[in-house]
Amino acid sequence: MTPTKSLTATPPSIASLRQAIAGRATTATAVTEAALARIAEADPAIHAFLSVDATLARAQAAHVDQLAAAGAPLPPLAGVPFGIKDVLTLEGAPATAGSKILEGYHPPYTCTAVKKLADAGAVFLGKLNCDEFAMGSSNENSAYGPVHNPHDPGRVPGGSSGGSAAAVASGMVTATLGTDTGGSIRQPASFCGVVGVLPTYGRVSRYGLIAFASSLDRIGPFAANVRDAATVLGVIAGHDPMDATSSPLPVPDYTADLDKGVRGMKLGVPSEYFADGLDAEVRAAIESGIEKLRAAGAEIVPISLPHTRYAIPTYYVIATAEASSNLARFDGVRYGFRAPKSDTLAAMYRRTRDLGFGAEVKRRILLGTYVLSHGYYDAYYRKAQQVRRLLADDFLAAFRQVDAILTPTAPTPAFRLGEKSDDPVAMYLADIYTVTASLAGICGISVPCGQSRSGLPIGMQILGPHFGEAAVFRVAQAVETQR
Amino acid sequence: MASAVTLSPEVRAKYEAVIGLEVHVQLLTETKAFCGCPNRFGAPPNTNVCPVCLGLPGALPVLNKRAVEFATLASLALHCEVRERSIFARKNYFYPDLPKGYQISQYDTPLGENGWIEVLSGEGRKRVGITRLHMEEDAGKSMHEGFADSATRTYVDLNRCGTPLVEIVSEPDLRTPDEAYEYLTRLKEILLYTAVSDCNMEEGSLRCDANVSVRLKGAEEFGTKAEVKNVNSFRFIRAALEYEIERQIELVESGGRVVQETRLWNAGEGRTYSMRSKEQAHDYRYFPEPDLPPLIVTDAWKAEIAARMPELPGARRARMIAEYGITEQDAHTLTASREFADQFEEAARAAKNPRRVANLAQSELTMRLKAAGLELDQSPISMKGVAQAADLAEEGKLSSKQLKQLFDLCFERKEDFGTVYEREKPQQITDSSVIEKMIDEVIAANPAQVEQYRKGKKTVAAFFVGQVMKASKGQANPALLNELVTKKLDA
Repeated sequence: MTPTKSLTATPPSIASLRQAIAGRATTATAVTEAALARIAEADPAIHAFLSVDATLARAQAAHVDQLAAAGAPLPPLAGVPFGIKDVLTLEGAPATAGSKILEGYHPPYTCTAVKKLADAGAVFLGKLNCDEFAMGSSNENSAYGPVHNPHDPGRVPGGSSGGSAAAVASGMVTATLGTDTGGSIRQPASFCGVVGVLPTYGRVSRYGLIAFASSLDRIGPFAANVRDAATVLGVIAGHDPMDATSSPLPVPDYTADLDKGVRGMKLGVPSEYFADGLDAEVRAAIESGIEKLRAAGAEIVPISLPHTRYAIPTYYVIATAEASSNLARFDGVRYGFRAPKSDTLAAMYRRTRDLGFGAEVKRRILLGTYVLSHGYYDAYYRKAQQVRRLLADDFLAAFRQVDAILTPTAPTPAFRLGEKSDDPVAMYLADIYTVTASLAGICGISVPCGQSRSGLPIGMQILGPHFGEAAVFRVAQAVETQR
Repeated sequence: MASAVTLSPEVRAKYEAVIGLEVHVQLLTETKAFCGCPNRFGAPPNTNVCPVCLGLPGALPVLNKRAVEFATLASLALHCEVRERSIFARKNYFYPDLPKGYQISQYDTPLGENGWIEVLSGEGRKRVGITRLHMEEDAGKSMHEGFADSATRTYVDLNRCGTPLVEIVSEPDLRTPDEAYEYLTRLKEILLYTAVSDCNMEEGSLRCDANVSVRLKGAEEFGTKAEVKNVNSFRFIRAALEYEIERQIELVESGGRVVQETRLWNAGEGRTYSMRSKEQAHDYRYFPEPDLPPLIVTDAWKAEIAARMPELPGARRARMIAEYGITEQDAHTLTASREFADQFEEAARAAKNPRRVANLAQSELTMRLKAAGLELDQSPISMKGVAQAADLAEEGKLSSKQLKQLFDLCFERKEDFGTVYEREKPQQITDSSVIEKMIDEVIAANPAQVEQYRKGKKTVAAFFVGQVMKASKGQANPALLNELVTKKLDA
């Protein structure tokens, strides 16, 4: 990789860190200081972090070093530098969700997935920038300013988990947590040239994830390689008594089958994902990647997912409906921003929400309120739920034929800052290949698969059935190995 | 504003009211509906709270299994069909004591449906339909009064947030405020028997809203209804409904029209006020709660819950009437609460003559309670005490006059019967010669009655027993006295 302004770097892998710390070749403290130094060096140009807590990071590192010094067994993520998307809570740290309305809010409890990372020895460098309430595909909707793509700071990192993708792509941390509601992990992973995982709905607890759309929101990892991503998912997955929608299924070792290759696997290629609107360079890169998988012994099967074209409107009805309700709690009464000098309660509500929310968030609240309104519910929300079922059935049928599905993650490589920010529909279409899996509840991954002529990363999306993460990682590993 | 006092009885009599009640009942679970916080009344403000019931960003609800069991038990007790699959929904509205901006409730698939309870109305027994029973969570409390700066501030206590509720909606089957009162009484009784709630209206664990309309008697169509909120006391339910009925009649009589609206009952002023019109009504934008999977109550679980069903008041009354030979009215008094009925039956079964215990409780005890303005659970005389008195009377060791005096003393001194009896141990004349002497005197003084007796009117014996008892100041042993009177008269 030849970064235009040397903002990209490959962070140390989990395995290498473990080995070095356990073997006393380095210390978690030294690793943490290096991460802090890299943040100081690269982040002014990238703006991936909204807050950095060196004190907490050093304390966590010191704890790992004590364990290592005592010769105690090290937990699976001992000393691994992490960043956390700012929609996830960490007790005591700010959690703005990229919104002005949560300015100054410090949650009194920690997200389950974050807690699992902490228990596994991870070191938290800070909270990561994102589109406001995870609503966006470019990270330009952050109230605290956009994130710049490490491969070209004039371009967006994708969104909404832009900070999470950019922090890994610039080598500031080894892994991050992001969230994906309609593509918010996979699309920025594609734009930033890193690995991003969409776990099956229910695989990772949502407790402590500041909700955008509850039936779609998922927490997943970003990493520089497939093995690290699989390792992190293994740590954060599992049933949580605090989330009634989390699955009780046992969590397998996602790294176990990584190197088995794709020989004998049936991989579906849906025609609908290679139609008009797909950038020629992206098409070429993905088709080349598919050919390599065929060469490696996979059977490539043309398939159809016939309801795909309804996915974007369906998604924007369901996601905005849930958002309009989830974001009702931000009213200025109890925490966060409150507009000053209001004469009445109603005025305080109106002014707080008008000044506290950004334009895209307000647009979605209005859309969602409309589709749930008396007299419109059946035409929009109920209809969208019916179409959602059809989209899920498409995938169920496909997975009776194939083990995984291969598509581009996004129709284009990273676009320029400001290029689509005035055209919401063009922006929504950036998620055209990712919202289907979100609606169906299935799992997926975006793994780097070539570059454009100008050096911009291109990601391949690999989709698997419900709780089929192991197969998805196996295919992704094959793509990664052959790139 | 209509005044409810000017309506003439003739006009009033032309109309009939149609009333349906919506009753919210807090469930007596240990913890809240969707989190592990204690479900307790009276804690210092904002102390029984956590991220979940505070609705903090990122927190998620998890349904309390006990709350489902309580709601299912209540549904079954109200003869409702219990849905195997019911769905929680969000009811969206803004209010400072609703921290999530929505209430988790059930909408188009309530847990229980199509039930009924039986009430006694002017026309006899009547079944009042129950449309639905659904589960939901309570909101917090806005406190507009009682603080030094209440003129400019409202305080919010979120302890109540997430308290499990069931809302029980009746069919519009009630026709008078009395029937509504009776329905509420029977409903409360059933819920108390199932122990799913303490139904304490003062603490807000049972709250009632009423849908009220009026129509000319004999009309088939319903009139336009108004919803009267805040009818939160048994004391005011009749007054609030009567006010609203008369307000509507007066409106119609004067050529106006009832408008569909929400009205608030003000107990202090004894009237209802318009709160919001139909046009101002909220659009709650209900949709399925995505954070909770559908609630499944399998047949097996339902059967397990049904097995815990106690004998309900209606069945219990029927049995007690048969078992103790008491009247329906007596049975109502004795079954007013499950604890009281349990105490009564335990005492009655241990007593020599259970019917005497029932009679005593119903007559002597109830009369004194009423006079003292006390409820049954405030009675100085326990059921054990009543049974003890009954046994003493049964054995003839206590005349009815002595018993009455002792009961009076119990109420005076707020002591149980056993205590008073042990101390007072009323003198009894058990010496036959003394009693015989008194009988002789009464016989001598009443030759006419003696004549009647000897002509065959044996009931006159009671007259002589009474006279002698009076002469002995109630101290003659009743059994002995009876025996001796008969002997003397027959001699």
